[in-house]
Amino acid sequence: MDMQINEKTEGQMKNGTVTLTIDGTCIRASEKDTILTAAQANGIQIPHLCFLKGINEISSCKVCVVEVEGQENLVASCTTTVREGMKVFTSSPKARYARRMNTQLLLSKHDSNCNICLRSGTCQLEKIVKEQSINSQLYQNTSSKEAWNDDFPLIRDSSKCIRCMRCVHICDKIQGCGIWKLEHRGSEVFIGLEREKSIEETDCTLCGQCITHCPTGALRERDDIEKAYLALADPECITVAQIAPAVRSAWAEMVGDREGTLSEGQMVAVLKRLGFDYVLDTVFTADLTIMEEGNELLALLEKKDPEDTMPLFTSCCPGWVSYLTKKHPELLPKLSTAKSPQQMFGALIKTCFAQKIGADPKKICSVSIMPCTAKKREALQPGMDASGQRDVDIVLTSRELLRMVKASNIVPQALPSLPFDDPMGSGTGAGVIFGVTGGVMEAALRTAYAVMTGKEAPDDAFRIVRDERSGRDEALRIGSRREAEFDLSGRILKTCTVSGLKYAQEMIDDLLSGRASYDFVEVMACPGGCVGGGGQPVAEGEELAPGRGEVLYRLDQKRTKRRSHENAQVLQLYEEYLENPLSEKAERLLHCEHLPYLINDPDRFTSGFSEM
Amino acid sequence: MSKHAVIYKNETNEKTMKFLARFVKRVNSNPPGVCPLSVQLSFLQSARSQSCGKCVPCRDGLSRVEDMMRSIVEGRAGEKDLEDMVRLCHMIEDTADCAIGYEAARIVLESVEQFRDEYMSHIRDQRCLDEVGHTVPCITYCPAHVDVPNYIALIGEHRYADAINCIRIENPFPTACAFICEHPCEKKCRRDILDSPINIRGLKKFAVDSVAADQVKCPEALPATGKNIAVVGGGPSGLTAAYYLSLMGHHVVIFEQRDHLGGMLRYGIPNYRLPKDRLEQDINAILSTGNIEVRLNTEIPKDLSMQQIEAEYDAIYLAIGAQGGKHVDIPGADASGVYSAVDILGRIGRGDVPDFSGKRVVVIGGGNVAMDACRSAIRCKADEVTIVYRRRQVDMTALPSEIQGAIEEGVELLTMNAPRSIRVNEHNEVTGFEVQPQIVSAYVAGRPAVSDADLERRVIGCDVVLLAIGQDILSSPFSDYDVNPHRKTFETLNTTRLKSYEKIFAGGDCVFGPSTVIKAIGAGKVAALNIDSSLGYDHEIRGNIDYPKPKENDRTHIGRVHLTDRPARERKKNFEPVENGMTYDEAMQECRKCLRCDHFGCGGLQ
Repeated sequence: MDMQINEKTEGQMKNGTVTLTIDGTCIRASEKDTILTAAQANGIQIPHLCFLKGINEISSCKVCVVEVEGQENLVASCTTTVREGMKVFTSSPKARYARRMNTQLLLSKHDSNCNICLRSGTCQLEKIVKEQSINSQLYQNTSSKEAWNDDFPLIRDSSKCIRCMRCVHICDKIQGCGIWKLEHRGSEVFIGLEREKSIEETDCTLCGQCITHCPTGALRERDDIEKAYLALADPECITVAQIAPAVRSAWAEMVGDREGTLSEGQMVAVLKRLGFDYVLDTVFTADLTIMEEGNELLALLEKKDPEDTMPLFTSCCPGWVSYLTKKHPELLPKLSTAKSPQQMFGALIKTCFAQKIGADPKKICSVSIMPCTAKKREALQPGMDASGQRDVDIVLTSRELLRMVKASNIVPQALPSLPFDDPMGSGTGAGVIFGVTGGVMEAALRTAYAVMTGKEAPDDAFRIVRDERSGRDEALRIGSRREAEFDLSGRILKTCTVSGLKYAQEMIDDLLSGRASYDFVEVMACPGGCVGGGGQPVAEGEELAPGRGEVLYRLDQKRTKRRSHENAQVLQLYEEYLENPLSEKAERLLHCEHLPYLINDPDRFTSGFSEM
Repeated sequence: MSKHAVIYKNETNEKTMKFLARFVKRVNSNPPGVCPLSVQLSFLQSARSQSCGKCVPCRDGLSRVEDMMRSIVEGRAGEKDLEDMVRLCHMIEDTADCAIGYEAARIVLESVEQFRDEYMSHIRDQRCLDEVGHTVPCITYCPAHVDVPNYIALIGEHRYADAINCIRIENPFPTACAFICEHPCEKKCRRDILDSPINIRGLKKFAVDSVAADQVKCPEALPATGKNIAVVGGGPSGLTAAYYLSLMGHHVVIFEQRDHLGGMLRYGIPNYRLPKDRLEQDINAILSTGNIEVRLNTEIPKDLSMQQIEAEYDAIYLAIGAQGGKHVDIPGADASGVYSAVDILGRIGRGDVPDFSGKRVVVIGGGNVAMDACRSAIRCKADEVTIVYRRRQVDMTALPSEIQGAIEEGVELLTMNAPRSIRVNEHNEVTGFEVQPQIVSAYVAGRPAVSDADLERRVIGCDVVLLAIGQDILSSPFSDYDVNPHRKTFETLNTTRLKSYEKIFAGGDCVFGPSTVIKAIGAGKVAALNIDSSLGYDHEIRGNIDYPKPKENDRTHIGRVHLTDRPARERKKNFEPVENGMTYDEAMQECRKCLRCDHFGCGGLQ
């Protein structure tokens, strides 16, 4: 199978291949390649800044300019297609001078106070400045900082914006939201919000894709580290952490463990070293979600009219939930009432878990560590107080966790692995893959199959929802939409798996116009799912979601238990506390009503969450 | 709202374009003397506002160039800053995406080349070059520097005779110029900032139509000096020099090879544009000054040698014009039926009107002479008249009104076709004209060049070919007198004196090549003034006119009065004048629009 694909690709290459030289090296490239992609494929580096494949191909920064023999002007290598016989010089004096001058022009409007910038070290502008050994600013700096609500989970520092338009395009083209707009014209162009609106008043889903795609420190999450440190330092406070599945994929990157095996235990050890009293695994509530949402689906299927084209939508992604709330409130009843794993855990920690450890729920500080910026808002939404108080107190992104580790001078490799705390510390492979697009669907199918057929499906029977055949890297970069059908004991289940909100909108349009009909739809706001989440670490110029997804699939494969209904601790929880899925108690703690509330109610971002 | 609409309409854009149209008018009527670097500065400001903001070199680069330019204009910059600006502009030229960016940089770079002295003056001396300073536009752009605001004011007070005398202080051809001047005075008229330039030539025509120029007495000549001055050539430039020298009290002898005075005004410009009887009025007035002796039918060196003139006269003004028609070097050019347009027009000027009945005429060329030739051919009853021109209609050097007039009278324009050969019969008579279609291509020396298109040649059937492809200066009899062997022009200082002769001066077409009558007049006057001072005098030409006090500006936007022509189907039958004059009301309205830049604004400083 693989061989055939390769042969076909080879054949196509032969037809449309051109030969060119870059800096004297003769290379072959597809006639559709740009100079930049051809160079990269041959190990030749051309500095670039604004370019994002398929997202931002506007040759704005002119840092990647190269000289082409016989051509008077320089060309942007990111958008210029190769030609037969082309002779490209990436570092001719003219190209180097232009690169340098354009970098200087960018610096003239960029606050270069890099030592107090969170992006220092992963900033693409910084990298380009360093590469060119630029050690002084040529032009007077005219950067300016506009007012911003620093209580909002997404923070923009306009003085660092280099107006590359990546945020504008990712928000508009990939997420279909169009929050970021071009303000003013001419040399005064800057990135702003919809006219006369502050960020709380926009339809921002807080997916955070603009943060992870910003080349500089102009966009970031609200930093809640200091609040976590205060809770950890308070002797009266019992700190309970939960860690989302996708966080461990980024963790693996940080400790250089591409296998991702050792790191789960190390991660627990690090959190304990930071001072957390209990470290729980959100994979546990992912399994619980399958039990609740899966049963909701089965109940729905039983009474569903075969003519009814409307599916059940997953509800674990807060970016997606807020998108639907804002754009299609009429479809809210189709959203699963199950809370997200974070919020299920939040409700359990201050009820059942508090009972188990014999603690006063009021003294518990519940901290979740998420790959997500929207989770910072989800914790504050109405109804997320089933325990009688805020179920989740502090939400830290993966990036914040990594910063805490650095700030505490912990060397993770030096720590022995520790297990998650019981009795809510274990999860199956099904829960682990929640962190990647298609994972919730695959996990649900594993359990639904068992319930409906009375037998267990073979391992990886549903991997078709992973869509491994065509352009998976591409799908994880810019999102995708995959459809599948499964025969569950005679009942055909039509599914759709979506990542990226633009694809979600397409899916909704098809449903509303009758072009599509599904039973169950999984939507993740971020391309690639949570592994590509807006709270994940940024490695500039690299899309890490594909590799991170692999980490989660490998973890799944290594688990002895790979089906949510096999999670003994989950079953024990039902037995001891919740009774049954969808029981009254389960409904109260683990479900919520989706109401068309204001997604970014300004009142929720005024006090108490401000940075220190 | 739908994304798609049949008609693109955006109110803001439309309003902006309306404002820009006024901005364009302001730019078009840029007053003479504006610092060329401040022009660059405002240009950069506009360019920066046009940037879409996408790419860095344009978005951020142009505003830096603007900063640098401002520091140069304000005298805060050094030579290194200029170098830095040039380097930044090269970078913008190399990397900006679209014309808004790269062409802005190119323009700045070109300005640095063309105005290097100005840049250096700002950098080294913190000020503009000496010649930079505001002047009154109409007076400045008139090569004879006629006091336009004052004569308009005089017309406005119905003092037509005084207006004519006011014009004569600088230009003794008020009538000829009223008919055929190319009116560079109107080019930068400040009135264009409000509505449109004043129709200055039309007002002049109204004045000379109201009172004939030869009925207006010229000023008295100053006491005789006893000096004898020879003027070679009785055209506009020679007559102008003679007029002022005569007024200064010098004795002038005009040597004219033909049998009448007037030069190209008589023998080049057809009667329908400048009637001979009206030209006569100017000549009569010039001769009325008393000190001018005219020797017609006198050819040099046939009847008189230059050495003789040199020996007999205290000074000489050579104004021999450009009398020869250029020939083409193509097969068949010697056929019978091929004429130079200059020769044919000269014949017609003498009253020898050819009969082209039943003939098809092809005119080669795109200048005013070509238009005169083709419109004359129509009046010579030609069956068909076709202009063959190598370039596009917009590239024609003829006045647009002349081209329009020719088209109205039935002339066909065959543009984008280059002459290849003239087809003849066994009697060597013209039967056709072979042309090669052209394609317009890149600019060369400021205008788009053409080259052979990949299309078949074609033959246009014709019996007469008129060549209007330029004029030669017949300067060979004067070849010892600083004649440029290549261009055949006299080489003079800007005082009109020949480079190596103390008392010989030259001006008009024979110095700068075939050009406008007002330039020839301007040169004749400059020659007269310099001959006078070379003889040790410092005579001044005064009009002794009591000028009206300037009135307040009338700021109402008012349309420009355009002169109309007689209907084409009537006028093309004869050589009678084609243009109608202004009515009294029209003239008064046009007079009221004058902004009196000689008084308000910079004129008040002088």
